[in-house]
This record gives sequence, structure tokens and C-alpha cells, in this order.
Amino acid sequence: MTEPAIALRDVTKLYRRYAYRRQFSTLKSALLKGSLASELEPNEVLRAVDGVSLSVTAGSTVGLIGRNGSGKSTLLKLVAGITKPTTGTVDVRGRISALIELGAGFHPEISGRENIFINGVMLGLAKREIARRFDEIVEFAELEDFIDSPVKTYSSGMYMRLGFAVAVHVDPDVLLVDEVLAVGDEGFSLKCLDKFADFKRRGKTILLVTHSLSLVERYCDEAVWVDAGRTRGHGDPRQVVHAYTTDVARSEERALASADRKAQAAAGAEGDTTQEAVSEQPVVAREPPGDMFRAAEGRWGLGPVRIDRVTLERDGAEAHVFQSGDRLAIRLAVRTPEPVHDFVFGISIFNAEGVCCYGTNTDIEEFEPVELAGAGEVTFAIDSLDLVEGTYKLDVAAHTRQGLQYDYHRLLHTFRVKSRTKDAGIYRPRHRWSFTPAVRLTPRRT
Amino acid sequence: MLTSLRRLLGYRVLIQTLVVRELKARYRGSVLGFFWSFANPLLLLLVYTFVFSVVLPARFEGVDNYALFLFCGLLPWTWFSSALTEASNSLLANGNLIRKVLFPAEVLPLVAVLANMVHFLLALPILILALVLFVAVPPSLTELLWFPAVVAVQLLLTLALGLMLAALTVHFRDIRDLLANVLTLWFFATPILYPWTMVASRGPSVAGLPPAGKVLMDLNPFTHIAISYQEILFFDGPFGHWKWLLALAVAGICLFLAGYALFDRLRDSFAEEV
Repeated sequence: MTEPAIALRDVTKLYRRYAYRRQFSTLKSALLKGSLASELEPNEVLRAVDGVSLSVTAGSTVGLIGRNGSGKSTLLKLVAGITKPTTGTVDVRGRISALIELGAGFHPEISGRENIFINGVMLGLAKREIARRFDEIVEFAELEDFIDSPVKTYSSGMYMRLGFAVAVHVDPDVLLVDEVLAVGDEGFSLKCLDKFADFKRRGKTILLVTHSLSLVERYCDEAVWVDAGRTRGHGDPRQVVHAYTTDVARSEERALASADRKAQAAAGAEGDTTQEAVSEQPVVAREPPGDMFRAAEGRWGLGPVRIDRVTLERDGAEAHVFQSGDRLAIRLAVRTPEPVHDFVFGISIFNAEGVCCYGTNTDIEEFEPVELAGAGEVTFAIDSLDLVEGTYKLDVAAHTRQGLQYDYHRLLHTFRVKSRTKDAGIYRPRHRWSFTPAVRLTPRRT
Repeated sequence: MLTSLRRLLGYRVLIQTLVVRELKARYRGSVLGFFWSFANPLLLLLVYTFVFSVVLPARFEGVDNYALFLFCGLLPWTWFSSALTEASNSLLANGNLIRKVLFPAEVLPLVAVLANMVHFLLALPILILALVLFVAVPPSLTELLWFPAVVAVQLLLTLALGLMLAALTVHFRDIRDLLANVLTLWFFATPILYPWTMVASRGPSVAGLPPAGKVLMDLNPFTHIAISYQEILFFDGPFGHWKWLLALAVAGICLFLAGYALFDRLRDSFAEEV
């Protein structure tokens, strides 16, 4: 039992990148240049997997997580033996079944029945073994009525189910799964999960590539986080998933921050200090659009009051990604070249569908403007950001009490709210559940 | 290399299954189904007979029934050329298997060659029937004993070339287009449309060698296969070309090993290049 079922030692896989030159090199040019041999050598390479060592104990279920293009699937193909490592060794003990592409060997013209046999032979079963499991396969795929029709008449769901059914009935010692649980309807997904649980009970080793982190937390004994071809974390699923989500949130934060800067720069929110500079901004429309609620992002206004900068903060630090319930402060840096006595500051929060989740301004909340002179700061603080998960955009504005716009930023500022609870709606009221003794519920351990 | 070859034997069930699949799939959905394997050569024979006896009467010395003579060389050639065309494309056409499943790639060109061999064999009854009906002296039994040997040599040669082409086409897609034209040229360079005696005496002879026409034809491996079929099936008299056939068998074995070695060497690159 201590013998690992899968052992990767310092495995590196290089892929050749398709450079312009390589793509158009042909047999002719290879022959002409006498470089037939060197043309077959990679010239520009991509390290898809970079020095990964990994050992998976027999009977454990391991989840591979990571961003798209991080090398998870390559790793799986290396374990399956479909591709060979450039350096390093891969050892796998026992029969492997790889659920990487379901129904890869199906021939569209012939019946499901014949395809089961052919696919089974391809996956290394003897005909006798297939015949014995045939009924079970058909039943699992729920294709009793269609098994004698050509596979080309199957819906994509039927096709996938059949592929999945054959692959899991190969009775492998090591099962490799690449994001195939998205197959079929809810019922079939559950059946697949049951099948995995069954494998697990019988002491089979499962290596699972997935983007479903909850699946990893629930089903896997270990998780491996792959990033840019290297393992960034390996161990308890909950810890690895947490480390991964934290990292994802951080890079999301960076991406939002830079997108925000770009949007503001495009709308001319930064850099201008004089009235003349404002009038030179081509994207600043003098007139507000006719229908405010349909207006796309942009900026307009006649001045003189300007909103120079909008920052989102959590506990004093600039942020773009918040957890539901976090403290959020929206800080407006405002400025006017001449004293103004009629002014209102407003803020609205929109969700991704464009629904206004909340909107308010200083006038609605009965602040009387006295005087704005020079530069200052306006802060709108929310003690608990009770929004459901999603991306939100902000409108911020400075205008007169009659609604004449000084400076209006339409949907220029973006932030994300993350939440462990996947509740729905646009607003999460403060709430709690309580039950009388006859109604018994207990918090789920995840 | 040896272990790879031994593994190849282990794939025979897989190969057999895939050949059967190929044959089944080809006629699936047609009304006549497998009957086409007989009907196709029969129709082809009728067309050739019409063209070369009515439209364009062909006269060659010693060839009294030209359409049948043509047919003896044409059927094996059809096997050879379509097998090579399919084999060279086999890895690309089954990219899914190469990229996504642990699958022995050499099986694919082998299946292409073997499936076409089955078509060839299915067409033979038509040819034999026509020979018995229309040729004065039907082939003798001792001659027919050589027939499997010719098929075996052709199979070996086709497999060798099929493996090489399949492996190289993955890296150089041009081969697919090139091959079609090379095969056309090759067809005309092989004594299928004309008896080899017609060309053998042509051309200058250099340094005591036979005439250039004969030298060139002798260098073409399919010449000997075509001549063998023609001698066994069409022409009277004992099979006299057996020395060439044996030489070709030896060359075929070497070529097959070379082809397999090349395939084996390029194998690891398939999953990435297909």
C-alpha cells in the first residue's frame, strides 16, 4: 500500500510553439535546406510542465486545480502515457483509463452496440470482458432504446454518456478524469459522482482535473495546485483550494485595477487640471445622454466642479475585490477652480445586468450645500457590503440641486464581490435562520 | 524495435476489429451494402471492356483480351494506391485517438492497408470468373499457388510505405497532395496499361546494361508485382518471374523494418503534431 500508484519524478514537458516560420516550413523547404532532421527539432519552446515531482498513493483521489493553461491537462496526458515527458520519468502501476475525451474512438456510421465493442477493445478489454459488461454499460449510459442506432444520430449528451460508460467499465486501477463531469444532465452527473465514489471505495486511484473547487473539497483526499507548469501547492484539499482562490482573487484584483485605470483614462478622468484641458477631452460629452438608464459608460458634465479621482477602499487600503460583508469606502477627490454654492454628490451601484442596486446623493439625504472651494474629498462608507456575488459598477456624480451635471462618471468604476454563499438576487438583507425543535437542520461541514 | 514489433502482434484483435469497422462503415447506409465490393470491380471491368474494345481498340502483341489484361494489374494497383492514400492520412484523420487516448498509432496505417486488401480480395471472384469465361487457357493450379505469395509481398511493401508516409505526413502535410500526383505518375510508369515487353526494348543501352526502358522498369518495385499477377492470372505458361518476386520480398522485409523504425522514432511527436 505504501507503493505509489502514480509517481512523477522531475517531469518536464516542452511544447514547441508554432512560430510563423515553422508553420510554413514544408517538406520542400526542409529538403531544399537539407534540414529535414533539424526541422523536426523544436526551435521555440513552451514549458507546459516544468520539473514536477508528484506521487499519488494507491487508492487516493487527487484533484488537480489551476488556471486555464497552467499545465493540468498536459500533466494528465503524461500520466496517461499519451505524451512522453521531455525529461524525467512517469511511473503508473496498473491499468489506466483516461477520461480525457469521451467517445474519442467512436465511428459515427456504426451502431452504439458495435462502437461499445470497438471502444472497449481500444481501451484494452478482451471481447469476452466487453460482452460480460455490455448490459451494464448500456444501462449506465441510459441508451437501451438507441443502442442499435448509428452513433451519428445520437445527441451530444448521449454520445458523451456512452463514452463515459465505456471508459468507466474498463475497470481501471487508475482513473484519469479531465473535466468531464459536465456531461449530461443533473441526474447523470450525480451518477458519475456515484461511480467515482464507488471506485474510491474499491481502492482505485483517481486523478481528477477540474475547475469545480467544491468537488475537490468534497471528494478528494488531496489537491494539487498547478500554476505555470509547476506545483504551487499539494496537500489537504481545503487548504490548497483556499490558497488557490486567494491567489485568483489577488490577480483578479490586479486585472480589475488595471481595467479601471484604462476606463478612467479613456473617459478622461485623470490628468486634467484646468478647465481648458477638460474642454479638449474629446470623450467628455457636454450634454448628458437622453436616457440615463440606458447610457453606456462614459463621462460628461459642464464643470466647474470636477471629480478627479475615485478610489475604492477596504479598511484604508485600495481594493477592487471584496468579500460580501466587507467594509467599503468610496472616496471622491473633488476640486473646483471657483467657489460653488450649489452642489450635490451622488453615488449609484449597478450590478452586471445594469440593475441599480442602490443609489443616493447628498441632497436626498438632506445635506444642504454651503460652499465648495478648492480641492477636497468626499467619502461614502458602507459598513457592511451586503451584496451577492458578482461584478458591480459605479456611477458617481457632482451636480446642482436642479440636476445640471458638473461632472458625471457613468459606470467607470468596477469592483467585484465574492461570497462563499451562492445566494441569488441583488441585495442580501441581514438575516438569520431559526427553527423550532421539530425542524432539525445542522450546518453542513464543507 | 523488437519489443515494439512483438507488441504489434498483441494488437491483432484491435486491428481486426478496426478493419471490420472500416468495412462495415464504408457501405453503411447504401442499399446494396457489401455487394458493392463485387459490383464495383464488375462495373469497372465493363467500362474498360467497352472503352478498349469499342471506343479505343487497343492492340498489343500477345494480349488478346486487353480489358482482362488491364484488370489483372489494375485491381492490385487500386489496392496499393488507395491504401497509401488512406494510410498517409490515417494519423491526421484520427487525431482524436492520437491526442486524447492512449492508442497504438501504428495500428491506423495498418488498418488502412488491410481494409483495402480485403476490398481487393473481395473483387477477385469477379476477376477469376471473367478469366475462366473469356480466356482460352485458365491459370493452372501450380501457378495459382504463387498467388498468395504475390499478395504477401505486395502487402509487405504497402505496409512499409504506408507506415513511412503516415509518420511523415504528420510533419509534412504536403505529402498528401504530393502523393496523389506521384501515384498517377507511378501508375503510368508501371506495366499495367501496357505489357512490360513493350517498354523493355526501348531506350539506349549503356555500358552493356539492358536498354534504359527495362532498367527503369526493373527499378520500380510495382513492375514486378504487376508482372507477377499478369503472368499468373493472364498469360499462359509457367510463372517465370519468381526470382524477381523473391528479391522483392527480401527488399520488402528490409523496407518494412526501416518503415517501422522510422515510425517508431517519430511516434512521440504524433500527439503534439497531429
